[in-house]
Amino acid sequence: MSLRVVVNPITCVGHGICAELFPERISLDPWGYPIIDPTPIPPELEAHARRAAAACPTLALLLRQAGAAKR
Amino acid sequence: MRAPRPSLTATELPRLLSSTSGADLDAHQDRFGPLPSSARGLAAEVERAGLRGKGGAGFPTAVKLRAVAAGRRGRVVVANGTEGEPASAKDRALLRHAPHLVLDGATLAAEAVGAQEVILCVARDHATTRSVLDAALAERRGAGLDRVPVRVAEAPHHYVSGEESALVNWLNGGEAKPTFVPPRPFERGVRGRPTLVDNVETLAHLALVARFGAAWFRGVGTDADPGSTLVTLSGAVRSPGVYEVAAGPSIAAIIEGAGGSIDQVEAVLVGGYFGTWITVDQAASTPFAADPLKAIGAAPGCGVVFALPKGACGLAESARVARWLADENAGQCGPCVHGLDAVAGQLAMIDEGGRSSLNATESLESLLAIVEGRGACRHPDGAVRFVRSALRVFGAHAAQHRRHGACRAAAPLLPTPRTGGWR
Repeated sequence: MSLRVVVNPITCVGHGICAELFPERISLDPWGYPIIDPTPIPPELEAHARRAAAACPTLALLLRQAGAAKR
Repeated sequence: MRAPRPSLTATELPRLLSSTSGADLDAHQDRFGPLPSSARGLAAEVERAGLRGKGGAGFPTAVKLRAVAAGRRGRVVVANGTEGEPASAKDRALLRHAPHLVLDGATLAAEAVGAQEVILCVARDHATTRSVLDAALAERRGAGLDRVPVRVAEAPHHYVSGEESALVNWLNGGEAKPTFVPPRPFERGVRGRPTLVDNVETLAHLALVARFGAAWFRGVGTDADPGSTLVTLSGAVRSPGVYEVAAGPSIAAIIEGAGGSIDQVEAVLVGGYFGTWITVDQAASTPFAADPLKAIGAAPGCGVVFALPKGACGLAESARVARWLADENAGQCGPCVHGLDAVAGQLAMIDEGGRSSLNATESLESLLAIVEGRGACRHPDGAVRFVRSALRVFGAHAAQHRRHGACRAAAPLLPTPRTGGWR
């Protein structure tokens, strides 16, 4: 079962670290908030996704099973 | 199911609001008959009826009933009459003129999902509504109809405060702001309990389905859009107000029925501020119902129909509403806070016209794409839909603004009320 990244937009305050650590799925909008590509993450990128989620200062970046309910 | 009164034959409108029905219990029971003694089989009947939520999203009511009924014990029903939509008055009208129908529906919904408690939420600034409800609840206690206790709560009156997670968050002691979902209220709602949040009009229809059955409910409307719906009609009509319609007559016919003339209309806003501007031609060929509206990229939403009078400026109106929607954000999600502010700014620039508006439409379109889907709730998405439709319907007019500048300032038509605190 593959993962995808999800952001809690309420807790996210736009530090932008996630886009640095996981540019394969995360870019930043004009105000510095993450734009998430919901494409499932292949196994070889999972470590990067986990590192980005762990590095978020507000714990706003979440990993969800792809195919689970939206968000 | 009990046979309906002659005055409530399956094909006759209005059903919910009629000039002969009163707000008091006797008049209510004369018109609709007694409250059914139980809600047994109600979810199945509601499913056969095809009742959908009337608060805006149009979610199938039976699905919600079943989801809450399947949850943990200690379930709660929240009847949502907060009506944060400025151009809508139908929930208020229903609560004032047919409070017992809403209370019947809330009681039956509570029994159908096994809830021991109903919280009826109304907006804080509706003092009249509150006193009508207090009187109705006293009557019901006197008549022994208080099978499920009902508490009235006066919620903050923000645009997003009626969103179900916002309402639940406020009832739990927080601010009336949406929360990150899941969990949704049907899983974890009031006090962490499975909570059914239904619009008050939905509950009124449910009370009629419980009495007269699904076949009666389907006596008006179409297979795809059964039943009737309340519409708040305003703008270029002689008699603005709340009407009850079923799928069938075109939106233009509804406007003409209220003493308007479609020749005197510039464009029509359907569904409220999360809704869609449509052209007069579309209004002439489209009934006010989910299925036909979907075909033109619109939805009934909370039942708002606003006829923009000929000569009024749709761009100026839209820019004002877009600014209001931006200011009504809950201050929680960055993309909504910053994005809607930028969207409103670009639309204002398009309205001002002249040289500075040359590339504003392209910039606005890319902004809309960035903002859409980026909030915890659907506030940004609704605002994006509204602004996109303004660009579509008033695009040619925007070109005139670009060449000749903005239209002469006129008195605002669409309401943009001041709102208070969040608790």
